[in-house]
Amino acid sequence: MPALRLPALAVLTLIWVSIWGATAAMAAVPIPVDPPTADHSEFDQLQGDFANGREVTRACLTCHTEAGEQVRSSIHWRWEYEHPYTGQLLGKQHVVNSFCNNVTTNLARCTACHVGYGWDGPDFDFSDDSRVDCLVCHDTTGTYEKAPKRAGRVLQEPTRVHGHKLTPPDLGEVARNVGPTSKATCGGCHFFGGGGNGSKHGDLDTSLLDPKPGLDVHMSPDGAGLTCGDCHVEAAHHIAGSRYQVNARDRKGTGRPGERRHAASCESCHGTDPHPYGDNPAAMYQARKLNGHSDRVACQSCHIPAFARGGVATKTWWDWSKAGRLSADGNRIKRHDEDGNLTYGTRFGAIRWGEDLTPTYRWFDGTMRFTLPDQTVDASEPVPINHFRGGPEDPDARIWPFKMMRGKQPYDPVNQRLVYMQLFGKTEEAYWTGLDWQPAIASAMAQAGLPFSGEVAFAETRMAWPITHMVAPAEDALACGDCHAEDGRMAELTGLYLPGRDAAPGVERWGRLALAAAVLGVAVHLVLRLWLNRRRRQDT
Amino acid sequence: MTRTVTMYSGLERLWHWTQALLMTLLLATGFEVHGSYTLMGYGTAATTHVLAALALIVVWVFAAFWLIATGEWRQYTPTTRGLAAVLRFYAWGMFRGESHPFNPRPKRKHNPLQAMAYLLYGVVISPLLWISGLVYLGIDLWGTPGGLALMPVAVVHTAAAYGAVVFLVVHLYMITTGPTPTAHLETMITGKEEIEDAAERTAG
Repeated sequence: MPALRLPALAVLTLIWVSIWGATAAMAAVPIPVDPPTADHSEFDQLQGDFANGREVTRACLTCHTEAGEQVRSSIHWRWEYEHPYTGQLLGKQHVVNSFCNNVTTNLARCTACHVGYGWDGPDFDFSDDSRVDCLVCHDTTGTYEKAPKRAGRVLQEPTRVHGHKLTPPDLGEVARNVGPTSKATCGGCHFFGGGGNGSKHGDLDTSLLDPKPGLDVHMSPDGAGLTCGDCHVEAAHHIAGSRYQVNARDRKGTGRPGERRHAASCESCHGTDPHPYGDNPAAMYQARKLNGHSDRVACQSCHIPAFARGGVATKTWWDWSKAGRLSADGNRIKRHDEDGNLTYGTRFGAIRWGEDLTPTYRWFDGTMRFTLPDQTVDASEPVPINHFRGGPEDPDARIWPFKMMRGKQPYDPVNQRLVYMQLFGKTEEAYWTGLDWQPAIASAMAQAGLPFSGEVAFAETRMAWPITHMVAPAEDALACGDCHAEDGRMAELTGLYLPGRDAAPGVERWGRLALAAAVLGVAVHLVLRLWLNRRRRQDT
Repeated sequence: MTRTVTMYSGLERLWHWTQALLMTLLLATGFEVHGSYTLMGYGTAATTHVLAALALIVVWVFAAFWLIATGEWRQYTPTTRGLAAVLRFYAWGMFRGESHPFNPRPKRKHNPLQAMAYLLYGVVISPLLWISGLVYLGIDLWGTPGGLALMPVAVVHTAAAYGAVVFLVVHLYMITTGPTPTAHLETMITGKEEIEDAAERTAG
């Protein structure tokens, strides 16, 4: 036997080493991700200079014949979304938010972030392919700039925005270097919504350009190294992932092997049973238990323990009723906190900011309903700018984390409606010019064809922003006890039995009473025993 | 005359002490999961609780087999014969230094009150705990929205757990009520007990 054992061991070792070596070698070879089949710098159409963005687009369209129409049928183009379930006409064109309120009559400023050129009024030609801006998404040089107040047109003169110097791009150079979208191109607009870096969402800001794994385990170069488009997959320029109709509970998971799903959900990569079973009973139970939560608790609720945690603050409160104040010498005021965030501006009112914020948790069925200016509101309590349904009884709803934006904004107290308002523009009606609400609202409501009484009051509002970015590494996820506790994160979610928080009062009362009676009975018996025992011993 | 007998076999003692250990662990972790206090953290408590429960179910299955196969289950048949005397002893005679009216012997180890308490624990409290516990553990399998709610399951489980705590408190105290305060404990560890000779007792 011993004679046999040695060669057998050697063979096994040899097999092991060769397998190990082969896998190690395989791991070392980087697999190129979707290598391009074309080098745009070689294309005749892209040689030379371009006078404006539309010329570039025309060149793009000579090869990408369908791209114009694809973009034009997407929400990035129309800023309009007819909700399939509620029938509401949503999109930036129509909704009111609790930041700069609305797009109507503020176009040239807002449409600096439009994926097109020149949408500065209602007569913009949405059917013109050449008005599509290809470069704003496909620039890889980082030099492409749109003018901040010129309806999305390419920057032509050097300017400064929020202290950053912007220089006009070399359009030929940008065109010859187009490529896939990136964190920088998507973030160029989506990081800056609501009036600046991180203002609006709380989970989207420039800290995600080069995050540590602790901030975003997916987007970190030391983590998965993903870009926006890796999750927000596209099909014919339609990008997966919507805040108007959120896939609040994705039951499909990864789909069939190799299937490419048009979904931005966590489950589309991680599956519907995302927690791996460990190698011991405790780990197996825990994985099973966590997977058992995934039908009721959104992944985000545990895996995004806090938002705005990349060092960039987000707005939490915006009070437009405080706008319009001037300094003693009649000048407009701008006050900032120590981090440089605007806390008061004559044109804006009072603003509060927050970092490392704990989300608010709500049951969410994914269908976002908006309060639009054609609906009446009750301003005696905070008006929900958007709202949604969901509860423990709804199988499609899960507990989601939200940033709850609060503030005060103008409304029409006679018609009891939220209003559109004209902030931007050179005319006196624009609030940022004339500092008078009545004409600013009258102008915007007239353009939208909506009634306005002429009275202006301020309503306190709430707006819910689902939190889904800034996913932390697994070890930083919430612990069980963060929710399963009396004053835990689920404290506001009633209507379900949450172990660690809830109890039947009757059982508690009678249970404790029985325990107290038992302890008391035992104690009395013991004392009597000891006392009478001692007395008896003394007697004898 | 007294003589020393083996009251509890090694197997019985192993059963008792594993059950004692696991029940203590289950109560400690269970009431933490219930939110009564924080000791080791919810996740650790819940995991320990489930693993201890599964272990205890295994112990119970073996114990049940042993009780049935050996006929030892008869130890727990309830009787009122001698019950009044035992009740009188604990409420009165014990304080006057009287000796216990029940004479345990291997065929009938438990006095009538004791047997009833163990029966209550064995056929009411324990089954309530493990049946509701197993339903609780499998809630993900049938706890669909609109399906079985967790609350009634948890309420039964908690109520039975209070029953187990009360049992434990009284049980621990009763250990001290032997001829000496540690006599019962020693018996449960060594299995040996000194009993009165049956013949002498009959004669007396």
